[in-house]
Amino acid sequence: MLMRNRAEAHQGEDRLVSLDNAGIRRDGRWLVRGVEFSIRRGEVVTLIGPNGAGKSTTAKLAIGVLRADEGSVSRMPGLTIGYVPQKLSIDWTMPLTVRRLMRLTAPLPENELVAALTATGIPHLAEAEVRHLSGGEFQRALLARAIARKPDLLVLDEPVQGVDFAGESALYDLIRFIRQSTGCGILMISHDLHMVMAGTDTVICLNGHVCCRGTPEAVSQSSDYLKLFGNTRSLAVYSHHHDHTHLPDGRVLHEDGSITDHCHPEDGHHAHGDHSHEHHHEHHHHAHAKEGERRA
Amino acid sequence: MRMRKRESAVLDDFFTRALVAGIGVALTAGPLGCFVVWRRMAYFGDTIAHSALLGVALSLLLNINLLVTVFAVALVVSLLLLLLQRRQTLSADALLGILSHSALAIGLVMVAFMSWVRIDLIAFLFGDILAVTRSDIALIWGGGLFVLAAIAFLWRPLVASTVSEEVAEAEGLSPERTRLLFMLLMALTIAIAMKIVGIMLITSLLIIPAATARRFSTGPEAMAVLASLIGALAVVGGLFGSLHYDTPSGPSIVVAALILFILSLFWMAGKSGTEPAGNKGVRS
Repeated sequence: MLMRNRAEAHQGEDRLVSLDNAGIRRDGRWLVRGVEFSIRRGEVVTLIGPNGAGKSTTAKLAIGVLRADEGSVSRMPGLTIGYVPQKLSIDWTMPLTVRRLMRLTAPLPENELVAALTATGIPHLAEAEVRHLSGGEFQRALLARAIARKPDLLVLDEPVQGVDFAGESALYDLIRFIRQSTGCGILMISHDLHMVMAGTDTVICLNGHVCCRGTPEAVSQSSDYLKLFGNTRSLAVYSHHHDHTHLPDGRVLHEDGSITDHCHPEDGHHAHGDHSHEHHHEHHHHAHAKEGERRA
Repeated sequence: MRMRKRESAVLDDFFTRALVAGIGVALTAGPLGCFVVWRRMAYFGDTIAHSALLGVALSLLLNINLLVTVFAVALVVSLLLLLLQRRQTLSADALLGILSHSALAIGLVMVAFMSWVRIDLIAFLFGDILAVTRSDIALIWGGGLFVLAAIAFLWRPLVASTVSEEVAEAEGLSPERTRLLFMLLMALTIAIAMKIVGIMLITSLLIIPAATARRFSTGPEAMAVLASLIGALAVVGGLFGSLHYDTPSGPSIVVAALILFILSLFWMAGKSGTEPAGNKGVRS
């Protein structure tokens, strides 16, 4: 996958967005640094990583909400973005129905509005006030709003937070379907690995920098687990290994025993230039029954 | 007999002028006030209003039109706030507190230094709607229509960036530019409206009708229109009240707005007991 990304760098035309050694610092601290990836049409890139790893920050860099202090970010001219942020607080003083939310940043014909709400399973909530929605319903409304824009690039920051198990896999199916039917690129942030397995082309593991990246090798494994365990949530192992560990104070302990303030591909603490390649993570993750678990 | 008749004609005239001017300000303040409430910018409105006194002092010192200096000072204070916020040294409300009261204090000190002028401070602090002239009315309606047209033009980016600056930015609506333009419109409105309710009470004309309208609105557009109408109603009620009870006109308008707000609370409580207390603000 890294090779493919490298090859892409020379092609260029097809890329919706690409980050080149991008980094951003606040108050003298690098939030993320040395981030390099690109998203093409029809490609799903997923960022995973612990809390505070800079996943949301990286996504905001990609879509231009934040500007890079180092490196560069380039977007295809005229790129239409649909964005589902991780957090959205709507002041209770603003009366806002789901219908109005759907037309937040651009006009939208009624039939497309209904179609988008139907796709995310909440056509009955069109007239509901946004502040009365549950967390999961709100998330579906935000997703409906983003896909109704028919974006070239869909950016989903933890799109299924608050959604119940059954709805979760349905929404992931929907996201896959959107990718297939519209050919848009998708940048997704997730901390549940089981999803990463199913519908992603590239997984990027972040922790202030790109720890590793690659195809979700455990897809086959997890499908085995699905066969074995049927409609229960089961554990599958997605093995990968880091060449460094993060100390509690945020510094980085490398495999060669040295400690640095930050981890950077060019800092000389990584055996090969592509430090992404020598990683074998060992994470337990929940495999997920796709069809069987969906409740009627 | 003839004398008395002419007197009453004059009386009618200034009262009508006050009504026309007050309604013009209320219609302008309605939609603007909604954004002040949604964006939690009440203190910003206060700051701009307080800094207006510095504008008054500068106008007297430099012998320039009052509106120009008040608007210029409001502009400088808004830009200063944006710059200071970007450096993120103090919280926005602390910065506003510094700007607000120092601008007011500098204005008062400057006025005191200018021993050659005598100004009616009370008129600036609490307004003098009964003294509006025809040219004031032209200014209020001309400026007001400009502000309303600008808000209508900026409506979608304004609402979108009020809901989420990040979504607005990602989806190409440049929220920062929108916010700056909004601050300019607010400064302009406050400069225009200062004469009606005065520096101290101006934000109440922005906030109270909007807060009242919230109870009856199903969408942001409806709330903006309702806030204008409720504000106009408060102006009419306040002016007639001030005529009847011989009370100061500016504060009477604010009291009328407050009465409408309190009535809306009762109306809502009577209509449904299920309305939540209203602090379900943050959603994550």
